[in-house]
Amino acid sequence: MKVGLFIPCYIDAFFPEVGIATLELLEKLGVEVEYPLDQTCCGQPMGTNGTQQQASATERVFVDCFKDYQYIVSPSASCVYHVRANLDAIPQTSEVQNVRQNIYELVEFLHDILKINHFPGAEFPHKVGLHNSCSAIRKLGTSRPSELMIASFSKSQTLLEKVKGIEFVTLDRPDECCGFGGTFCVFEEAVSAQMGYDKVNDHFRNGAEYIVSGDMSCLLHQKGIIDYYKMNLKTIHIAQILNGTSR
Amino acid sequence: MTKPINQAAAAEQFLQDPQRAQQYDQILWNARLRRDQAAASIPEWEQLREIASQIKEYTLTHLADYLEQFEANAKQNGIQVHWAKDGVEHNQIVYDILNTHQVQTLVKSKSMLQEECGMVPFLENQGITITESDFGERIQQLDQEPPSHIVMPAIHKNRQDVSKLFAEKIETDPNNDDPHYLNEMMRQNTRPRFLKADAGMTGVNFAIAETGSFVVCTNEGNADIGANVPRLHIASMGIEKLIPKVEHLAVFIRLLSRSALGSPITQYTSHFTQPKKGGEIHLVIVDNGRSERLGMADFWSSLKCIRCGACLNTCPVYRRSGGLSYGAVYSGPIGMVLDPTFDAKKYSNLPYASTLCGSCGDVCPVKIDLPEQIYKWRRVMAEKKLLSLPRRESMKAAGMVLGNPQLYRFAENVILQKVMKYFPLLFSSKILNPWVRHRALPTVPEQTFKQWYIKNRQPQNTQKKTQKNL
Repeated sequence: MKVGLFIPCYIDAFFPEVGIATLELLEKLGVEVEYPLDQTCCGQPMGTNGTQQQASATERVFVDCFKDYQYIVSPSASCVYHVRANLDAIPQTSEVQNVRQNIYELVEFLHDILKINHFPGAEFPHKVGLHNSCSAIRKLGTSRPSELMIASFSKSQTLLEKVKGIEFVTLDRPDECCGFGGTFCVFEEAVSAQMGYDKVNDHFRNGAEYIVSGDMSCLLHQKGIIDYYKMNLKTIHIAQILNGTSR
Repeated sequence: MTKPINQAAAAEQFLQDPQRAQQYDQILWNARLRRDQAAASIPEWEQLREIASQIKEYTLTHLADYLEQFEANAKQNGIQVHWAKDGVEHNQIVYDILNTHQVQTLVKSKSMLQEECGMVPFLENQGITITESDFGERIQQLDQEPPSHIVMPAIHKNRQDVSKLFAEKIETDPNNDDPHYLNEMMRQNTRPRFLKADAGMTGVNFAIAETGSFVVCTNEGNADIGANVPRLHIASMGIEKLIPKVEHLAVFIRLLSRSALGSPITQYTSHFTQPKKGGEIHLVIVDNGRSERLGMADFWSSLKCIRCGACLNTCPVYRRSGGLSYGAVYSGPIGMVLDPTFDAKKYSNLPYASTLCGSCGDVCPVKIDLPEQIYKWRRVMAEKKLLSLPRRESMKAAGMVLGNPQLYRFAENVILQKVMKYFPLLFSSKILNPWVRHRALPTVPEQTFKQWYIKNRQPQNTQKKTQKNL
């Protein structure tokens, strides 16, 4: 099984440790991983703004980088969702369609494809608040959205429960959006920041030491809020916990 | 030329009063929680949503037939049916009916459609005195403000606001903000108007094709006063309110109030089939852009909406913006998809007032794919070249850099690793960079992932390859 690793631009630039943890974790689990060096971004920012014309070159680069892989894995639900559902600014050749079908978010890949049951050496003796991103919950369907009256499940929690010492706190609004929303966070700054503050505060109030998420973009925003208000709270990507390297 | 509504700026204004903003968020979130409880109490909830969606989709795709069936049956019952192609025609028809009956005072219950048509200002200009009979609408009428929520029109006001307003407008005690007192004073103010009104107007929640009757749901029974006390009852309904049979009504009645407020049913679910003795019922069936919407491949299913407001209550942006920030008849997620059909330019910013979190789609009792429609409206706005300059230019720049691996590497290695790292002050202007207004800048790491990968994985790869080659 050869996996092409997609590290979103903001992880590449600001959180290399998350990329490293993802890579090491997959390698540890016996997966052959390659990171195509020409990759940039999935095209989501332009796509989400409706500017299809501006998204096409980026989508082309993405497909060129990943067209030869059986699986494409990325530690970001929103990017994966964009590729899967909305990468359509370029002609939909079979190459493009394959890329769109073959991409998996890390939690999905571990839970559904590799079906991993334990993470050797992973230990995290802390109280964590789990932030499943909106893309993970309502777009990829990796946990139950609180709006739907269906049986409860959470793939990320199932994975994290296999980590030694981890403890979960209960949030007042477990799946309320944190307000990042891509460019929303600058174009609707006031609302975005208020949502972020409310979200972070929910974790803090309920005793979390860490906010853990599969989406670093949400955490980039939440960490910005935490640091601005100098709150005693840390953020961590799920890959870092599962890899046992909470650096 | 109409200027686009700046929802973001209005929302920022709304958040200036943190205590009020927090209260607003909590009240609406509580409505969402009550909805969750009510929905959870029905084992077949998801099935109900699916059935409701299918009934609406079926009716909408056979709309002309059902409208004719409904009209024939309604006429047979003695209801006088009128057709209006837009708001202007609707208002004129209503005025003509009122004029023929020499109506001077009118009592009306809540109707988003009449709001959409701008009916009240039109009729008032013709000299007709109108009293809103819904308590929240009456508050908004006294304050000369539009409703800020589909089902809770004055929810952005607290009791102090109402007390102040009533003291000013209906001479209540300015030092008394007890809700019971305020309620009673309003009752005394409006009750005589209700009893003396020459005509009553209502909206329509559902119209049933097989019986030719229509249904109005309220919690205050106010529609019933307007419909039953005066001799003349005029109801306005959009063409999308139709359902084929009475048995279908049960599905929607079970969903409507549970989704809206978390109560099992509205206090009053009134069926109007024929005029009372000596009375008249007129029904104005209105298009006002609906058939055009029905022809829009991406947006037609928004016509399934039953106006419950659940998408507003759950929307984290709506809860932190206030309904008035949308500057439109419809606010929140459903507003973002309906308003641009009336004026794409004026409402070009609305589809961006969303993080696309998806909650609205999952809470919707008739399963309108609201997040997808909001997303698609953005494409329409870009195609129509209606994006704001900063949005347009930033996307152009992003598209250029991210679409070119060399340029991207340059941006990362130079702008990020050098400029941002050594001159962070360039990025810390609260005017130039909205990120830092309430957020710290992320620190720039020693190396990017790409640099790390080349250093730590590439040599091995190269070595392996070289070994193989040897």
